[in-house]
Amino acid sequence: MVEDVEFSSYYGRAIVKAPPWGDEIALYLFLGGLAGGSSLLGLGAQFSDRPGLRIATRLTAITATGVGGAALVADLGRPERFLNMMRVFKVSSPMSLGTWILSGFGVGSGVLAAIEVDRLTGLRLPLGPLRRVLHAFETPAALESALFATPLAAYTGALLGDTAVPTWNAAGRNGLSYVFVSSAAVAAGGTAMALAPVRETGPARLLALVGAAGEAITMDRMKKGMHPAEVDPLEEGEPGHKLHRAEKLLIAGAIGTAAAEVGARVFAKKLGKGAGWKTRAALRTVSAVSGAALAAASAYTRFGVLEAGIESTKDPRHVVEPQRARLEERRARGITGDSITTGV
Amino acid sequence: MSTTTVEDDAVADGHWHGSAHERKGFFTDTSICIGCKACEVACKEWNNNPQDGTFELLGSSYDNTGSLGANTWRHVAFIEQDSDRIEAARESGRKLVNLGMPTIRPRSNESAGAKPLGGALGAAESGSNGAGASGGGLPSTPPMGIDLLAPGALNPSDPEDIAKLDTTPPDTADFRWLMSSDVCKHCTHAGCLDVCPTGALFRTEFDTVVVQNDVCNGCGTCVAGCPFGVIERRDDGTINTPTDRDDRKAADMDVPNKNTANKCTLCYDRLVEGDTPACAQTCPTESIKFGDHDDMVDKAHTRVADLHAKGMTEARLYGANPNDGVGGTGSVFLILDEPEVYGLPPDPRVPTKDLPQMYAKAGMAALGMVAAAGLAFLGSRR
Repeated sequence: MVEDVEFSSYYGRAIVKAPPWGDEIALYLFLGGLAGGSSLLGLGAQFSDRPGLRIATRLTAITATGVGGAALVADLGRPERFLNMMRVFKVSSPMSLGTWILSGFGVGSGVLAAIEVDRLTGLRLPLGPLRRVLHAFETPAALESALFATPLAAYTGALLGDTAVPTWNAAGRNGLSYVFVSSAAVAAGGTAMALAPVRETGPARLLALVGAAGEAITMDRMKKGMHPAEVDPLEEGEPGHKLHRAEKLLIAGAIGTAAAEVGARVFAKKLGKGAGWKTRAALRTVSAVSGAALAAASAYTRFGVLEAGIESTKDPRHVVEPQRARLEERRARGITGDSITTGV
Repeated sequence: MSTTTVEDDAVADGHWHGSAHERKGFFTDTSICIGCKACEVACKEWNNNPQDGTFELLGSSYDNTGSLGANTWRHVAFIEQDSDRIEAARESGRKLVNLGMPTIRPRSNESAGAKPLGGALGAAESGSNGAGASGGGLPSTPPMGIDLLAPGALNPSDPEDIAKLDTTPPDTADFRWLMSSDVCKHCTHAGCLDVCPTGALFRTEFDTVVVQNDVCNGCGTCVAGCPFGVIERRDDGTINTPTDRDDRKAADMDVPNKNTANKCTLCYDRLVEGDTPACAQTCPTESIKFGDHDDMVDKAHTRVADLHAKGMTEARLYGANPNDGVGGTGSVFLILDEPEVYGLPPDPRVPTKDLPQMYAKAGMAALGMVAAAGLAFLGSRR
């Protein structure tokens, strides 16, 4: 029994407020995922002896961490107080947890980047006797950063979900973290494909393909679990455009990636021997272009989801309709003791 | 005694701890609000809050403030309704009563007996109590003329005279004006407090929720965490109202605590001195009552029963149920229509309630990503 479905509001004014989060935060969502995924690829590359992939992913991880962290600080109202985040460790605050995850990730990632830079410059960093210490930490640092890598990619789903912003909250309850780790896999795989040689990026291609499939499936399931008024901002307006663009880039990038993977397997032996520069160049181009498309798809997904949430705060319909629906649904089930409005 | 919280998971514990004081709160009885906005003015004056907007007309009856925000900690809503809306409100209120929700806190007979007219009479009484409590030691007020916010300054000279007046609003069947002074809810499970990553937001000894502006770094997470849209980052001293224009600018002014989160503190600085919050003290009809939270909830239950007895079935309470999505609010309201009519969410829920489930999903997602990466390397062995 549904009653009183008529929607009313206070002069159409917003009920909940959007956080003051702009492009910096969307960029961070993308870069955090990229860093986490790259760290996993880097660990695998180290153990499977793929130096090109290893160097590319490690440098990607530290760059993404640095730029992402800087974007986070820049978005603060008082950037000079960013260290206040480290005053507390609060499980009830995904933002607090995320700060510690990012910091933990940054330590290992930073060590690995220093090692790679030292190697690339022919051991010319002025380290003295510390060089041996630094290089001894390679495997521990790789394991440490990999330990924080997946939480770094996944926690942002809870960060957006743990808000009163209708679209984010509903998305968080319906698996936004799944979408975000998939998107992270796509971003990391794509970036590695663009930066590392084709014969070493087999794992990056597979990870990107798994991520692309995961993103398509989990995004669809997430939307199906949400109230229509909470889904609308993901499909309409500018955020909707961005997410549709993300979808197209994802499909195009995935097709290109599959082609590159088939090509790499067919020409595996030739590539190893360095024969056929035309084949190599063609494969490299396909790999780089589809990798870039995948990375762009991931970025569009993050910007789209962030902006959709902000959009969902502007019209009270996105707040009132789902809340009314769940209230009526509970009442229909005979649960009447948990309403904020009471007649007695 | 002061913690009326229901047992909940540890993540959403709301930072409750034993405190020396009773939980303090407001009971805002909108049925006797006259829309004078004295509360808005008193709040601004006392808290030194900067200007909001550019004094333009918002086209929303007499409300030209817009909404609660970083610089507006009391906001008076004005709603004009015709007879159809009145009847609809009366009907929806009747349904609420008929739902037979359990009376959460059984009204104690003695308090009901002592104050049969919970609303106006009870309010007048608390006013005289306030005068008695603080009349003895007036703190030195700055030499700037009459300080209307000074304790006791606005108490009626003889509360008994007012108590005898019939303050029941006349029942105008064709048209009505709803007026309601909104404020921070000081939730039992406060979303803003839960998600604050710096510890700038804290629960005071009065069990209210307050921002420490010297700690806050303006990350804005609390803004998203509030289901009522109360807290906001003070960016430029203006809020966003529906009449946003490019040419609107706030006048040059001193903006304290810029770029940090700001909201009602329930006049924390006045409470520690044993005073009443500025809005409650200045309210001429005592639509805004302040006191121990338990007493406020009792008064609210008494008042809504009185109004129902007079046939005003549209009256209902908002925030008086400790089993609701935020564990009950510290600021309880009596409203005369559905919450969304006043710009209040109909079924708010502290987002932290969903957090354990979201963390579980994030954990699953993280494991899935590890598995995917592992398979990717296994699948491309050379």
